[in-house]
Amino acid sequence: MSETSQFPSLALVPSADGPQSAKEFKSDQEVRWCPGCGDYAILAAVQGFMPELGLKRENIVWVSGIGCSSRFPYYMNTFGLHTIHGRAPAIATGLSTSRADLSVWVVTGDGDALSIGGNHLIHAMRRNVNLKILLFNNRIYGLTKGQYSPTSEQGKVTKSTPMGSLDYPFNPVSLALGAEATFVARTMDSDRQHLTSVLRAAAEHDGTALVEIYQNCPIFNDGAFDALKDGDEKEQHIIRLEHGQPITFGRERENGVIRAADGSIQVAAVAEVGLDNVLVHDAHAADPGLAFALSRLSNPDNLDQTPMGIFRSIERPTYDTLLRDQVAKSKASGKADLAALIAGNDTWTIN
Amino acid sequence: MTKQVVPLDRVIIRFAGDSGDGMQLTGDRFTSETATFGNDLSTLPNFPAEIRAPAGTLAGVSSFQLHFASRDIMTPGDAPNVLVAMNPAALKANIADVPRGGSIIVNTDEFTKRALQKVGYESNPIEDGSLDSFHVHPIALTSMTVEALKEFDVSKKDAERSKNMFALGLLCWLYNRPTDGTVEFLNQKFGKKPDILAANLAAFKAGHAFGETTEDFAVSYEVKPAPMDAGTYRNITGNTALSYGLIAAGELSGLPVYLGAYPITPASDILHELSKHKQFGVVTFQAEDEIAGIGAALGASFGGALAITTTSGPGIALKSETIGLAVSMELPLVVIDIQRGGPSTGLPTKTEQSDLLQAMFGRNGEAPVPVVAPRSPVDCFDAAIEACRIATKYRTPVFLLSDGYLANGSEPWALPNVEDLPDLHVDFSTEPNHTLADGTEVFWPFKRDPETLARPWAVPGTAGLEHRLGGIEKADGSGNISYDPANHDFMVRIRQAKVDGIANDIEPLEVDDPTGDADVLVLGWGSTYGPIGAGCRRVRESGLKVAQAHFRHVNPFPANTEEVLKRYKKVLIPEMNLGQLVMLVRSKYLVDAISYNQVRGLPFKAEELAGVIEDVIKSV
Repeated sequence: MSETSQFPSLALVPSADGPQSAKEFKSDQEVRWCPGCGDYAILAAVQGFMPELGLKRENIVWVSGIGCSSRFPYYMNTFGLHTIHGRAPAIATGLSTSRADLSVWVVTGDGDALSIGGNHLIHAMRRNVNLKILLFNNRIYGLTKGQYSPTSEQGKVTKSTPMGSLDYPFNPVSLALGAEATFVARTMDSDRQHLTSVLRAAAEHDGTALVEIYQNCPIFNDGAFDALKDGDEKEQHIIRLEHGQPITFGRERENGVIRAADGSIQVAAVAEVGLDNVLVHDAHAADPGLAFALSRLSNPDNLDQTPMGIFRSIERPTYDTLLRDQVAKSKASGKADLAALIAGNDTWTIN
Repeated sequence: MTKQVVPLDRVIIRFAGDSGDGMQLTGDRFTSETATFGNDLSTLPNFPAEIRAPAGTLAGVSSFQLHFASRDIMTPGDAPNVLVAMNPAALKANIADVPRGGSIIVNTDEFTKRALQKVGYESNPIEDGSLDSFHVHPIALTSMTVEALKEFDVSKKDAERSKNMFALGLLCWLYNRPTDGTVEFLNQKFGKKPDILAANLAAFKAGHAFGETTEDFAVSYEVKPAPMDAGTYRNITGNTALSYGLIAAGELSGLPVYLGAYPITPASDILHELSKHKQFGVVTFQAEDEIAGIGAALGASFGGALAITTTSGPGIALKSETIGLAVSMELPLVVIDIQRGGPSTGLPTKTEQSDLLQAMFGRNGEAPVPVVAPRSPVDCFDAAIEACRIATKYRTPVFLLSDGYLANGSEPWALPNVEDLPDLHVDFSTEPNHTLADGTEVFWPFKRDPETLARPWAVPGTAGLEHRLGGIEKADGSGNISYDPANHDFMVRIRQAKVDGIANDIEPLEVDDPTGDADVLVLGWGSTYGPIGAGCRRVRESGLKVAQAHFRHVNPFPANTEEVLKRYKKVLIPEMNLGQLVMLVRSKYLVDAISYNQVRGLPFKAEELAGVIEDVIKSV
């Protein structure tokens, strides 16, 4: 048995024999996303980050459903499954719960995870299966060529909604928090440093980690996240969440999030309310209330006041561990006798 | 004074009452005593889908039929010799099945004006002469039970609830059944509730004593033990046998059993049973839905587990896409369908064989899946092992088609010797299996075994064998994504050829043709084995000749099937559907097979099939 990882969630996964390079994680398959797709940046960031985990490559499995993002496993030189639409969390659950020695990652998109696969996503999170779920959110259906998605802003004009979409969008972070997720974060395809830091935290987390990654689709929804990318403007829109730090944002960090008299949270000028009254982010709070309130701050139409970072990261026993404990406890009873099982307690003999 | 004991060859008893009257428990206990006594037996539980249907209604009647004999028998019997009717609804719902001259034990306490009216009796059938052609034993079961328990510290309601034990005691006396097992059973069940235990024991004994003393029963009966092969026996239901088969397959293959399932009648008992046996390393995952159940199983299969999913027809409909994925990925997966009446929700607690074509064809694309079908409750054990054998050896999903009749029915089982069970040992790939033109050693996940056409099974954690599987068409050999037309054509055909080739790896179709010159072959699959066999026996007893053959493997058919079919002038195929096997047989072998169908939610009756068979024989 080789050494195990420094990450608690990966303690049972064998470590690599020596240092690894990003190149080792690139498969021999040609990457076939559209030019300019945000997926390239995420793939590069993931491949760059993987050596940091220091795990044996053969003990890493990428599992996906259907959609542009779901081609991801083909490009990773690890074990992988490209499955069916929406079902990746269910399939990954079977793999993770049956193999403690694997690091299982799920790649999914806003349609795959939140439309057809919504049920599996929420149940994986409430069970706290040891999965790292990367949800590429481009707020559009790419592979089926441009219909609105469950995260598209209301009124979205697409091929299937020439008069504008009628559905109110999901907020994936709010959804995850409501589904009892123990780790919920949001990051961005174009911010490699932030993306990597969130991946690291997700990998360290013991249990389901849901990472929403804003991802640009240059073909069907180009510029959807420009408000959060524009050099001059972005600091006015992004609220960077850092555990233990006051929640401030703006070019000069002149805005802060405060608790209003009615219990809601609001944005106020720090100069007016004073830094002491600005809420301090606590990702480890047992109560998901503040994390949920933060997830509601952003405007789904223009992305104003969009928190980025780790909303919640708490400890709760994983389903995998609890399940293995039950099996281990039963095995320890030492009664695995097939002949005795078959016979039961009520037999008769004919001579 | 001891009453006379009359010997009988066989008896069919039906216990019938409200769904809350404990008829299934009563039947189970009587069965258990009968099994221990050494009779051959077969049972047919029949209950409504509603957990507690409105009391006293026809819809709420639950029954349990037991056929036991001093010789070997094949079915739970056509018509009960004795009907125990706990209320007017039970009488009304079952009286049509009791032949003239049959015995009826009625609980007169429940035959009140209101209860009679509820089921449409205008007068009391016990008193109005309408039951004159039966032997009616009117017994105040409820009040006698209450009277027997008046010394005990139990509520009137609890006392009344013990009336099924009074009835059981009476029947045990009537048929000279042993009673130790029931006493022990009650001790275990109610050990922690001494008052309830005492009440049930007292009711049971009171029923027994009542039989002994009442003048209403002049004689008791004895059915001698059946001659059975030497061995150790137990009684077992199909679902329990099937569960044990899966656990056995796990032990025989050395793979951990992983069940992904969502509760559904009549399959849930397999989930319940397997969840009790984690000491074998069995993992049971109760998923959020049917799709997640099979999805988790497939994920576990990729990881090297013996993957199982259990469901019934509606669940198969939901799992279809994942079964197709398993066909495409060529991963082992056992899909267990405990068939029930359909379509849609249909008849959840009743039996049917109407998922055969769904199992064969209910997927997009060309997606062949082997189909295995047990023929009796006991056979569910061996059929489960066989399904696991095919799945792991050929890296394919396999259907195991049981049904509600097999699932809940029970019969004696001559326990197998564990050492005699087949070896299902599986070798995972550990090294590269292909050399590229430049000399590089690589692993090709779709490079097949030339004999079985199975692809290698390489599980995560195996260094150097990293590969990706998906539902997109794969290039032959390398497994890389391929949209090449010729490759797709090849892959579709080779997946089919792999499944077809299993025909050479299964036992041939056996024919039971005692005289060797019958003109008519009766062919079946699955749970109709018993009724067809009993029907054939009757036909032969009347001096006619008939042959019987029964498929265990419905896909592919055994290699000798065509040869067998062409030996007979006529082939009759009875099925509990509108003709699904017959469609497969006719199209594959161009045989003008005759279809006989029934979809009443109940197994065929031997007498009915005997008549059908005789008609076909006479038409030759």
